Amino acid sequence: MEFWPKKKNKNHPDFWKEYLSLFEKRGDKLAFENIRFVAFDTETTGFDYIDDRVLSIGGVAVKNNSILVFDQLEVYLEQEVFNEDTVEIHGIRKNNGFDKITEKKALELFIQYIGNAILIAHHAEFDRRMINKALQRHGLGVLKNKFLDTGVLFKETKHLVYRNDILNSHYSLDDLCIDLKISKSDRHTASGDAFITAMAFLKIVSRLKKKGVDIKKALL
Amino acid sequence: MKNTIAERIQDFLKQFPPFNYLKKEELLSISAHIRVLYVEKGQYIFQQDNRCHDEFYIVREGAIGLYRNFESNQNLVDICDSGDLFGLRIMIIKKNYRMSAIADEESIVYAIPAKVFEPFIEENKEVNKFLLSSFAAHARNDYTETEKGHRIDNTISIEAAKDLSGLRTVSYRKKPITCSPEDTIRDIAKKMTKKRVSCMIIVDDNNYPLGIITDEDLRVKVATGIFPITTLVSQIMITPVFTYSKKVTVAEAQIALIKNNLSHLCITKDGTRNSKLIGILSDHDLLVSFGNNPSVLIKETKRVKKLQKLRYIRKQVEKLLKSYLEQDIPTPHIINIISEINDALITRVIKLALKEMSSPPPVAFCFIVLGSQGRREQLLMTDQDNALIFEDVPEEDYESIQRYFLELSGIITKGLHTIGYEYCPAEMMASNPRWCMTVSKWESQFREWMTTPDEEGTLLSSIFFDFQYVYGEVTLADKLSDVVFDGVNKSNRFLGLLGVSALQKPSPLGFFKQFLVEQNGEHKDTFDIKTRAMMVLIDAARILSLYHNLKGVNNTLLRYAKLGEVEPENAALFESCAKAFRVLIKFRTRQGLLHHDSGRFIKLNTLSKNDKLKLKRCFRPIRDIQEVLKVRFQLKSLM
Repeated sequence: MEFWPKKKNKNHPDFWKEYLSLFEKRGDKLAFENIRFVAFDTETTGFDYIDDRVLSIGGVAVKNNSILVFDQLEVYLEQEVFNEDTVEIHGIRKNNGFDKITEKKALELFIQYIGNAILIAHHAEFDRRMINKALQRHGLGVLKNKFLDTGVLFKETKHLVYRNDILNSHYSLDDLCIDLKISKSDRHTASGDAFITAMAFLKIVSRLKKKGVDIKKALL
Repeated sequence: MKNTIAERIQDFLKQFPPFNYLKKEELLSISAHIRVLYVEKGQYIFQQDNRCHDEFYIVREGAIGLYRNFESNQNLVDICDSGDLFGLRIMIIKKNYRMSAIADEESIVYAIPAKVFEPFIEENKEVNKFLLSSFAAHARNDYTETEKGHRIDNTISIEAAKDLSGLRTVSYRKKPITCSPEDTIRDIAKKMTKKRVSCMIIVDDNNYPLGIITDEDLRVKVATGIFPITTLVSQIMITPVFTYSKKVTVAEAQIALIKNNLSHLCITKDGTRNSKLIGILSDHDLLVSFGNNPSVLIKETKRVKKLQKLRYIRKQVEKLLKSYLEQDIPTPHIINIISEINDALITRVIKLALKEMSSPPPVAFCFIVLGSQGRREQLLMTDQDNALIFEDVPEEDYESIQRYFLELSGIITKGLHTIGYEYCPAEMMASNPRWCMTVSKWESQFREWMTTPDEEGTLLSSIFFDFQYVYGEVTLADKLSDVVFDGVNKSNRFLGLLGVSALQKPSPLGFFKQFLVEQNGEHKDTFDIKTRAMMVLIDAARILSLYHNLKGVNNTLLRYAKLGEVEPENAALFESCAKAFRVLIKFRTRQGLLHHDSGRFIKLNTLSKNDKLKLKRCFRPIRDIQEVLKVRFQLKSLM
């Protein structure tokens, strides 16, 4: 995304300018306990970055070894694109009674919500790209936040004896739930998965700390 | 707006008082303000004498121990499980905490802000009542401690005792010494002296209890001169007596003793005063039954039907261990007793797991424990290392039968986890398909480790070769031992490789004879007593026992004793190794009890100069035995 020189786009809405300003000053390095993380997940109509659309976003904040339920976001988006195949997974139909908002409004809420938090997602690249594509559709830039991927972090926790099997394997969120003993309720809703991701993050961090691994090295 | 996370929290809260008295919308608004706390084992949620947090807590998963510091001891007051509230002080008194809350295992806790909950206490009578009574339960406990010091073993609270109530009925003294109300004080004092009892029950002609006289009464009322020794007992006896039937549980008895400030209860046939006296129960009997007695603990283990109760028993074992160490009871003796109880606990967990299965095992099987447990050197709760062997089955049935045993092992390891054995981080547990196989697959696995040893193989074999049979068909385990000794006789190279790994353990002391500490990780700046000291002694004992074909001895101390017999020329060295090992294991156990962990990582600044010297003295035999290995197996060429 860095091929072109950055142009100041005067037409950006206020919320986006505010968002960008959060990243301008190089703040003091925060202690781990004081960093605000946001674990989030998106439910989409499919896996194509161009054609598919975000149906819902769920996020919950994590700080100092706890999940802040009072600091959460759950939005459902109006979309024209519709894919019968994925309805089975997330259960979101075109009209099924959720209070839905426009994609634009949802992005605004999401951007205001995350601020400059470090974002956590499982297989983060997918969610990052989906959000970035949506932002670009509305003439905005891409996410500036740092990312952590629970899929990558999880591999680090495994015992050496088993590393070989692991290097080639791909861990789904379900695998993490089983291995880390996390309840799978509300799996496949954006908020439910965000909460599970947050829980997985806390458990992984504690395991990594015991092994002396520095989490900051895993920042994407 | 929809809040899925809050809804799920509400689903959990609504199952437990006082939240079940609230309406759904009320509960949802509370849930939306919650903080979900993740705590690691040993982590504090709050500390005694610190200011109250502005939130209280409910356990979602795991277990939180409440501890009270009393003088320099930290006493377990209660264990909170899923759905239990703690830290309620903020809701009632808002002063400093009187207990510490420490995660007993990895736990998830919901923190509920006091401000959010307060309105409901004022509005809802049921909520109010519940909070007051649960607060009182803990407060009462404080009271008995301060007023009476250690009179009642205060590591078990009334709340905890309630949980124990189903555990057992009391064991009381039968055929108590009795007298009639017409006897004189001198008569009964003589009788009490002769029978060496501290109290006497006064009964009527029907053997119904009328009153009681204790040593204390004789001291206070007679020796002071208030009553002459010719007085009739009926004049100074305490009457009426408190009576219970023999069905009284430990908890009921304990509460009765505390509430009425008594030291004795009478046990009568139907539990009333108007029936025959059949026994007497003293606070001392209760203390004994509270588990300072290993045979009682083992008996209880065999009877218990719930894992949570096994957990309490394991807690008692820890106390027992502490008192043994304080009394300087010989280490081999301690090891024996604790291993016996450990075995009983594991056996019980297996039996309970078998009951949970929908069908009996399709073929014979055998459950073994590995590593320190296998060597029967596990004093503290460490990780669980175990495996399962089942009989050979036709190829086509293998998968379904392995699936059965994996399911069974899953229940067993989960059960062991519940009573306090951590999961093995390297997954050396019977629930791992790699370690749940038929006997012939095990045999070929063992052979493979010995014939084509690589680094992983030597690491695993040093764990697996110290196995100990716990439950099931013992012949299956015997077959494996045969394979080990058979293989050793054929290949000295394997012993050599084991020897190399024993020599490669990091050394305990640096060039200037200073302790070498860990450089990074969670245990930075601590001394790893296991890898740097104990492992070499353990490995050397194993290698030399294999070399001499010493079957059936897994325990490191026993191994050194046997080795002394077969190699009299080295007997002195072996004895010093055994001695060093005894000291090290004691060190580790003391540290573990002090810090509620495995004791493996020692903070050097907590040791006295004397302790450090003692530790250093243990390192000499370590170096000597490494030399022996080097020479015997010509390890120089292999390293």
